[in-house]
Amino acid sequence: MAKHKTPLLDQLESGPWPSFVSDIKQEAASRAKNEKGIEYQIAADCPDDLLGVLEMSYTDGETHWKHGGIVGVFGYGGGVIGRYCDQPQMFPGVAHFHTVRVAQPMGMWYSSKFLNSIMDIWELRGSGLTNMHGATGDIVLLGTSTPQLEEIFWELTHNLENDLGGSGSNLRTPASCMGMSRCEYACYDAQELCYNLTQEYQDELHRPAFPYKFKFKFDGCPNGCVAAIARSDLGFLGTFKGPIKINQEVVAAYVGGEIAPNAGAHAGRDWGKFDIQKEVVDLCPSNCLTYEGGKLTMDHKECVRCMHCINTMPQALKIGDDRGVSIFCGAKAPILDGPQMGSLLVPFMEVNKDDDYQSIKDLIEGIWDWWMEEGKNRERIGETMKRLGFAALADAAGIAADPRHVQEPRHNPYIFWKAEDVEGGWDRDLAAFRKRHQR
Amino acid sequence: MAFISSGYNPDKPMENRISDIGPRHFGEYLPPVIKKNFGQWDYHEILEPGVLCHTAFSGDKAYTVRCGSARLITVSHVREICEIADKFAGGHLRFTTRNNIEFILEDKQAALDLKAYLNGQKFPGGSCKFPVGGTGASVTNIVHTQGWVHCHTPATDASGTVKATMDAVFDDFESMKLPAPVRISMACCLNMCGAVHCSDIAILGIHRKPPLIDHEYLDNLCEIPLAVSACPTGAVRPSKVEIDGKTFKTVAIKEERCMFCGNCYTMCPSLPLSDGEGDGIAIMVGGKISNRISKPAFSKVVVPFVPNEPPRWPTMTKVIKKILDTYAADANKYERLGDWATRIGWERFFEKCDLEFTSHLIDDFRDPAYYTWRQTSQFKW
Repeated sequence: MAKHKTPLLDQLESGPWPSFVSDIKQEAASRAKNEKGIEYQIAADCPDDLLGVLEMSYTDGETHWKHGGIVGVFGYGGGVIGRYCDQPQMFPGVAHFHTVRVAQPMGMWYSSKFLNSIMDIWELRGSGLTNMHGATGDIVLLGTSTPQLEEIFWELTHNLENDLGGSGSNLRTPASCMGMSRCEYACYDAQELCYNLTQEYQDELHRPAFPYKFKFKFDGCPNGCVAAIARSDLGFLGTFKGPIKINQEVVAAYVGGEIAPNAGAHAGRDWGKFDIQKEVVDLCPSNCLTYEGGKLTMDHKECVRCMHCINTMPQALKIGDDRGVSIFCGAKAPILDGPQMGSLLVPFMEVNKDDDYQSIKDLIEGIWDWWMEEGKNRERIGETMKRLGFAALADAAGIAADPRHVQEPRHNPYIFWKAEDVEGGWDRDLAAFRKRHQR
Repeated sequence: MAFISSGYNPDKPMENRISDIGPRHFGEYLPPVIKKNFGQWDYHEILEPGVLCHTAFSGDKAYTVRCGSARLITVSHVREICEIADKFAGGHLRFTTRNNIEFILEDKQAALDLKAYLNGQKFPGGSCKFPVGGTGASVTNIVHTQGWVHCHTPATDASGTVKATMDAVFDDFESMKLPAPVRISMACCLNMCGAVHCSDIAILGIHRKPPLIDHEYLDNLCEIPLAVSACPTGAVRPSKVEIDGKTFKTVAIKEERCMFCGNCYTMCPSLPLSDGEGDGIAIMVGGKISNRISKPAFSKVVVPFVPNEPPRWPTMTKVIKKILDTYAADANKYERLGDWATRIGWERFFEKCDLEFTSHLIDDFRDPAYYTWRQTSQFKW
């Protein structure tokens, strides 16, 4: 028998898409039954109370969660989000219901053993509710009490050898796409770079020292599956300088209809016979492709690596050699100054594991030093860039100006010249001026 | 219940403490075929909705079966996912950035069998536990936030709006008949933890009433200067009020300047915005992240407000379905939703999607606003 009546939520049990309500009910039933004889460390009926408080929100159209307090584990300034219910008498099981962010393995690969071990901790010491995964990439464990936080951290670190993720004005948990593990488009080992930098910057991840949050994301190619260009303060997108490799025989197989275009992604509708001119050549954003006499040729110097031709004929076209990353700075959601896409800061950088990615780390640390010096409280680096100008950031990062930095040159002539830019500097002699020009 | 110690000694927190170890290395969790062919993949094919085949230069093939999840999932559900991984996929699995679950197999028939098995698993209420799909030119799973389930600033629920939307577009999750992938995202307030600012279709919770001011508690709970400086439009200023002969230090708000972003509430719990009547949803469209053909683009607001209608938000799902179906019928192959709207013209977009254009949709926030106005005589009647 359910603890609270939930007539509104019950309506979300039907329909084909997985019902979170059914799932929470199943967890509530499992905890009530407790077949394994678990000594639950927080209220066994907290999933019931979660449904109860949610039903209340569905009825009155308002949230019933309060601001977090300062809770966490000793020595860390992030990884735990305090959360309290504003109707604790009615829903005591969720009165204190803190979130624990756990660092996820890069590319979000798991063994069932590891995932079950996390669930063992969370069944005993938490609500049994999770997010797989949070928007930044963490494993999110949803709801526990303050006394359990150190216990959870101890078991995570001692038994699972795994750490918490980031929150607050920290480096947030970096995330990568699945990269080379299962993708032919990966221009560098996104997972390894993400892992390496995560380990290098553990201090920045756990102890708030920045003006505001800072996110790294690593996309293996310009398709951007982890949204590095839109969702990270410093986004790494795989790219290449060498020509796209074309296998003419396989191109002919696509043209002849032997291979489905776009890896079969459009198979659900009859789009007619594959038309390489219309579907590939004409859609190339830099018009660098020609199809003549059964041969696809590319003026590769003009290619902007949008990936369309490769995505459309993945068996015939391969990413070029001389691979590395383009680095974008300053993406963020609209709060406060409007949405920002990452701006291209470094057109190309090698990803060199042999020197432990030193050039990338030098770049990151130059950028952080500048932002920590110049950034205002709660100002994302994208906003600092807008306030102080792109050139100030590029200067701090040690990057020389390049036409690739802009879509087009500036519209106004209000150039902030510096004294050293100008012949003779800014020290001028008024007396000499007046000799030339009477008052 | 008796307290069970992990071994942690609260009197000596530093004793045997382990910290700063980061995540485990992903290499430990790769399935054998993935580990063996790491960085050596030749090409991939989508064999049918939800089933991928990756072929390595070695000739090895990895078959992936992808299924949706609610993201908000329980220990019981995760254990069931693990059981499936053990039974079918050598004890390995992964999650995608869009909250799908993937199992990797080495045999095609086994992958197809797994698809059939996953599609057969249902919750007692009738919904699918593991619907297979979300590949290619489909609507894949929705990236979303916490909403009323676990957040203090939402203007709507996340899990409920997502469930209602995915039910409405489920056919397009299970098939691949759209012109291009359609990425739907959901964020329950303007903080946009769901980063809906670059999505084909975005569901965004918004407030429409300025904050209440809890004068008697404000100075105890908040740093007034932080609340003042949190406001991007300078609407909040320090103030004093007298209540029952007692003077309280507090803030005053120029309500006509409020853009309902909620940043003051983030800094000060005595300034709640949440309101059953005021809160609801804005619909945005036309954003994208990929660099394919066209540049990454921001989402644009096309419906300024839809009321909260829990539990199923019928007005919201109707608008989304209309936009999706109109796009599906009208766009060219490979054309993303925003590229289609730009090609036909936004004036035509509103006409075709039966959406009203109101003054709320003309940007008036700072410099970028100007660049969204029309500075040409080229437009359509």
